[in-house]
Amino acid sequence: MNARLIWPKTISKGEVVKVRLLIQHPMETGYLQDMTGHLIPRNVIQWVSCVYDGQEVLRAQTSSGIAANPFFDFYVRATVTALMVVTWRDDDGQLGELRQLMTVQS
Amino acid sequence: MSNSSQSTSAVDQHRRNGLVLGLRWSLGSGLLALSPLMGLGLARSALAKDDPVEHMMTSGKLRTMQDMLAGIHGHALQESQLKREGIELQLSILADNGNSVPLGVSVNSPMTPESHIQEIYLLSQRNPVLVMAHLQLGPWNGKAELNTRVRLAGSQKVVALARTNKDQWLMDSADIIVTESACVDASN
Repeated sequence: MNARLIWPKTISKGEVVKVRLLIQHPMETGYLQDMTGHLIPRNVIQWVSCVYDGQEVLRAQTSSGIAANPFFDFYVRATVTALMVVTWRDDDGQLGELRQLMTVQS
Repeated sequence: MSNSSQSTSAVDQHRRNGLVLGLRWSLGSGLLALSPLMGLGLARSALAKDDPVEHMMTSGKLRTMQDMLAGIHGHALQESQLKREGIELQLSILADNGNSVPLGVSVNSPMTPESHIQEIYLLSQRNPVLVMAHLQLGPWNGKAELNTRVRLAGSQKVVALARTNKDQWLMDSADIIVTESACVDASN
């Protein structure tokens, strides 16, 4: 499962930065049928967790009410250069993870 | 921030429209028929009976505010507890496609350890699943603002609820017309 994290190129210490998160996922609602008329089983992301410098900065419990390829943008106060670790789990039990270093200018 | 005044006026316009629709919402179904504002609503429901496609698109049952609040587990919420201030739900008035509708929530909060937003709920009046997303925040965010994209099963009211660390509940809602529903669901 693919995901992408985007934030400004240069971040100064203490800055409140906008973090954009995009996860590639079909978010099947379970209400739609395939070409043969069979219901496609539900498969949505159940939760997404963003941890920055050991602190969970965003936890999202999501449902079929979130569009395919979930997108979130939120803010984080950048204090130190640290890893942002994003993890998520879907109905199929698949776990996803993305790690990206947030570099903060001292 | 150069275009902030521009965006504020757009939001004001949105709010005014929301107020008119909100008024209709608050009147209850009995009074609603008497209201002159209902003209549009009558036209829409008459259309729903005649046109099977329109009927299918508006088939999902609309939840009342009480239903929506009762659907939030772990909090015995009453409508009277909700404060309609300090929170803004950004949603367009019309969406061509319910499969992906940009939605933003911003809450006026200093986001300090003493005063911050702990959770935000995004609720749908008509979707098969009431809670579209439940988001947990904290002082480390620095700013209580979020954007995402939601699915909407037809025209409805969307509600954003935010809970502060002092257990205050803030609420904003917006009405949206969805021309193509996200799911032609089998719920009824």
